[in-house]
Amino acid sequence: MGMTISQKILAAHAGRDYVEPGELLNCRLDVVLGNDVTAPVAISEFKRLELDEVFDQNKIVLVPDHFAPNKDIKSAEQCKLMREFAGQYGIKNYFEIGQMGIEHCLLPEQGLVLPGDLIIGADSHTCTYGALGAFATGVGSTDMAAAMATGEAWFKVPESIKFIYYGELPPWVGGKDLILHTIGDIGVEGARYMSMEFTGEVIEKLSIDNRFTMANMAIEAGGKNGIIQADEITLDYVKKRAKRPFTIYKSDPDAVYSEVREYDVSKLEPVVAFPHLPENTRPISEAAGVVLDQVVIGSCTNGRIEDLQIAAQIMKGKKIHPEIRTIILPGTQQILLEAMRRGYIEIFIEAGAAVSTPTCGPCLGGHMGILARGEKALATTNRNFVGRMGHPESEVYLASPAVAAASAIKGKIAAPWEV
Amino acid sequence: MILSGRVHKFGADIDTDAIIPARYLNTFDPGELAQHCMEDADPRFPEKVQAGDIIAADKNFGCGSSREHAPIAIKGAGVSCVIAKSFARIFYRNCINVGLPILECSEAVDAMQDGDPLQVDLDTGKIINLRSKEEYQAMPFPPFMQQIMDKGGLINYVKERKERDEVEV
Ligand code: SF4
Repeated sequence: MGMTISQKILAAHAGRDYVEPGELLNCRLDVVLGNDVTAPVAISEFKRLELDEVFDQNKIVLVPDHFAPNKDIKSAEQCKLMREFAGQYGIKNYFEIGQMGIEHCLLPEQGLVLPGDLIIGADSHTCTYGALGAFATGVGSTDMAAAMATGEAWFKVPESIKFIYYGELPPWVGGKDLILHTIGDIGVEGARYMSMEFTGEVIEKLSIDNRFTMANMAIEAGGKNGIIQADEITLDYVKKRAKRPFTIYKSDPDAVYSEVREYDVSKLEPVVAFPHLPENTRPISEAAGVVLDQVVIGSCTNGRIEDLQIAAQIMKGKKIHPEIRTIILPGTQQILLEAMRRGYIEIFIEAGAAVSTPTCGPCLGGHMGILARGEKALATTNRNFVGRMGHPESEVYLASPAVAAASAIKGKIAAPWEV
Repeated sequence: MILSGRVHKFGADIDTDAIIPARYLNTFDPGELAQHCMEDADPRFPEKVQAGDIIAADKNFGCGSSREHAPIAIKGAGVSCVIAKSFARIFYRNCINVGLPILECSEAVDAMQDGDPLQVDLDTGKIINLRSKEEYQAMPFPPFMQQIMDKGGLINYVKERKERDEVEV
């Protein structure tokens, strides 16, 4: 029987020719990731094993991004713990302030995650790397600790759902709208424990940044991973970054899917997810008009150069509504630099936005733009749970950078063609 | 092992931000996290919860982030186990890895009311509602996961395998 890409990657890393959904496997890992929230817990667990070394100094990646640059003394202690661990165990890929970025923007950019890889990260949005044709999934800190020791992790081989997108994408509709629309359709547990395989002519033409956005939100449908088969677009991106060999896997024509869902995207509008779940989606025509206090453009979902390009295109020569606080968080130092070279940063600042150093910041209600009671924000992030960006009685609406930029100018949720 | 305690019942899709809001993640001290456990779902939960109590919830409990602070906060609050109709994947995995007992049983959840006294047999998955005297059977764990739970979590499990030289470390 045929296998999906996800099955093939797991099989290859378990030293098997064939694996079936439901099987429990022990697999070798290519990359183990942690951040300033999850790594400290992992480090304290790792220390209980009393080991002198980690399984491989090159395959562990540590990124302080959630509460970094350190937001307070406790965060500073957590970052310090991680920094000292990296030094003590000779972890090669520790990214200090000045080099760091939001982990899921940073790892692909640095060529640390590649097609065919098996990656775990103590962060739920580790699934982002599926955009490169890798099997990447979020785990907890204890999994990370065990993996740092053994280079292995246990997996249950997931069933796969195949999503086929066809038709022509309308203007201002992109990866964020595709994934929000999909989550709106199947719900926040529609792909629970499963692999989401994104395919079809629309995906084949989709830029790598838009693919990252889609794979990033697989977890928002409960997915174990999201995956897109690597192709020319992928190779274009990884070839100049990869420092080691990689393998491209393709799903067999007779691979078994638990479900196949098709979407004609030709009539899709920009999508907005209303509080307090990513599945509460509405087309922009039914969402416009909600008065906002804050707009956030950034995060591991939409903090890449193409996202900033779209926002800049809309904001160019315009002024942000006087009652809106707009915060722009480029995903990495490289992205920030590139945005500066291309003149986007100037556009943002002249429009009246605040531009930040890379950080998760307000995405998880950490710092750099927390909401007060009753406030409403529209964000290009991935979660709008109760209290996600601040006060439990604040609200978060999720949308694309295009909708975010237009809404910042209008002062309320607005379509990109309204400005 | 047999547990008994009172139920705190929650709805569907309780996410990890509700279990332990991100604003408290600058520490992983169980006692400190416990003071804010379930705060955004029920602000009075940290005061109300007593050692041995049981959390029950509808579908998709623990969705959202991978933070192990969520099961740590629940354990820190003294909760003895969580029963839900279903669990989100990473949360499920984390509970096994940190040794917080969890059970999936829709019938038991549907029938129970907030405050019901329960008795749970972790070895057999049998749940008894002491108010209604009804019995329910939860799904058993696959043996491999049961082994990790029996050792008190993944690190102990790895440690033992390492001592027996079963893994290269
Ligand atoms: S940007 Fe938001 S979702 Fe992404 S890793 Fe940071 S906190 Fe998590």
